[in-house]
Formats: sequence, C-alpha cells, structure tokens
Amino acid sequence: MEIILFYAFAVLAIGSALLLVNLKNIARALFLFFIVLFAMAGLYLFALADFVAITQIMVYVGGVLILMLFAFMLSNKELLKDLQDSSGSFLSMPRWQAVVLAIGFLILMIFGITEWHQSIPTWIQQAKENNTEIIPTDNNIQQIGLRFMTFYVLPFEVISVFLMMALIGASHLSRKERNR
Amino acid sequence: MITLTHFLVVSACIFCIGLYTVLSKKNAIMILVGIELMINAAILNFVAFGKYDKVSYGGQIFALFAIVLAAAAVAVGLALVLNVYRHYKTINPDEIKELKDK
Repeated sequence: MEIILFYAFAVLAIGSALLLVNLKNIARALFLFFIVLFAMAGLYLFALADFVAITQIMVYVGGVLILMLFAFMLSNKELLKDLQDSSGSFLSMPRWQAVVLAIGFLILMIFGITEWHQSIPTWIQQAKENNTEIIPTDNNIQQIGLRFMTFYVLPFEVISVFLMMALIGASHLSRKERNR
Repeated sequence: MITLTHFLVVSACIFCIGLYTVLSKKNAIMILVGIELMINAAILNFVAFGKYDKVSYGGQIFALFAIVLAAAAVAVGLALVLNVYRHYKTINPDEIKELKDK
C-alpha cells in the first residue's frame, strides 16, 4: 500500500513536470508547477519529514507561485502571443541540444546511483543497525524546534536576516521610479 | 519497503527535467520555474538522507534552509524580471544583450 502511494506521487510529479516543460501556454505550465510542488510535498512525507512538507506547501504554493503568477500577468505581452501560437499545436518544438544534455546528465546520475548503491556510507549502516532512524511515531516538529533553538541557532538567525535583506531588496527593485 | 534508491531516482528525474527547462525555454519566468524544480530535487535528496540522522536532524533542517533561500531567490529574481520587462518590453533572455541605457 505504502509503495503504491509512493509510486503514484512519483508518477504524478514526474509526469506533470514533463508536461510542464512541453506546454507552450505559460499560465497552464504554472498551474502544472503547482501540482508538481504538491506531489513533491507528498514525497517528503514518505521520508518522514512532515514539517518540511507543510513548509513546502505554505511557502511555495502560498508565496512563490502567487508571485510567479503576478510577474507573469504583469509581463503579459508574451502571453497573448503564446496563446495565439499554441492554438494549433499542443507541443512546442524541443531544442535537441537541451534534450541531449538533460538525458546525458540523467544517465550519468543513474549510473552514479547504481555505483553508489554497492557501498552505502557507514553512518547510514550504523543508523540501520542501531535502529536510530526516524520512525513514524516520533514527534518531529518538537525535535526540529529544539534543534533550531539550540544547535542551529546561528544559521537560523543568519538566514532570518538574509531573508529580510532579500525582501527589502526585492521591494526596492520593483518600486516605481519617480524622477526619470 | 521504500529504500533510499527510490528517492534518489525520482529526484534525478526531476533534476533533469529542471535542467532541460532552464536550457530550452525562452521565457525568464519559465527559467525560474526550472531552477525551482532543480532546488526541489535537491531538497528531496536532503530529506531522504535526513531520515537516518536522528541525532541532529541535519537533513530536514537544511531542507528548511534551502526552501527559505529558494523563496528569497524567487522574490529578487521576479523583481529583476519585471524591471527588465519595463526596460526592454520582452523577457526573452536571448534578446537582452546590452547593459547600458539607450
């Protein structure tokens, strides 16, 4: 049952990502991106990372995707052209160099994974032997909160300041210039 | 039983689709979408390995950091895309060739 669900999420993610690449209509591609993000959040759940999955849905779907839709609608000269173009043909013309590069990289990575599978790192072996993996009944969110406030407190503060700087910079960049 | 290899293969596929998007699209917003796909594949790997690290929860916490960094990158990137559109009236990266004001 578990593995069937995993395959369903994986097929959903990869299939809609492939469709996203081949669609010419950008609005539909962005909504397919939404489905990919949801399926990826489902996959995180299978690695027992419930807090990361919830954060993914809140940050990406609530923030990033809305931002992308806004940027897309504000630059919509291209949109109208694309909509008229894609009325006849469903798939856009793939650029063969990009296809070759992407498939070559995929083959390289699959080869790396199979090679790596012969010799699993010792810390994973140890965790399997001592039964210290994360199990479904653990209280993950409480543990993550504790680690954030003790062991990882410096990176946490640094990334908070960084996020604030990035948001101030973004709002400064997108402001209308008055004296021009 | 779902092993580590399942996660690795899925994230390799998603990463390559993101790479293809970045290389082949002619729209800056779609290129950003491709970069997001690649970041998501990396986060899936972090989370899958983090399952075996109960002491410090390194994988999950770094995944959270990566999500925050991706959100910041998208905010700044889209602001830049809008500015470029205002200047050049296009967001096709092939047609943006000059840095100076006309």
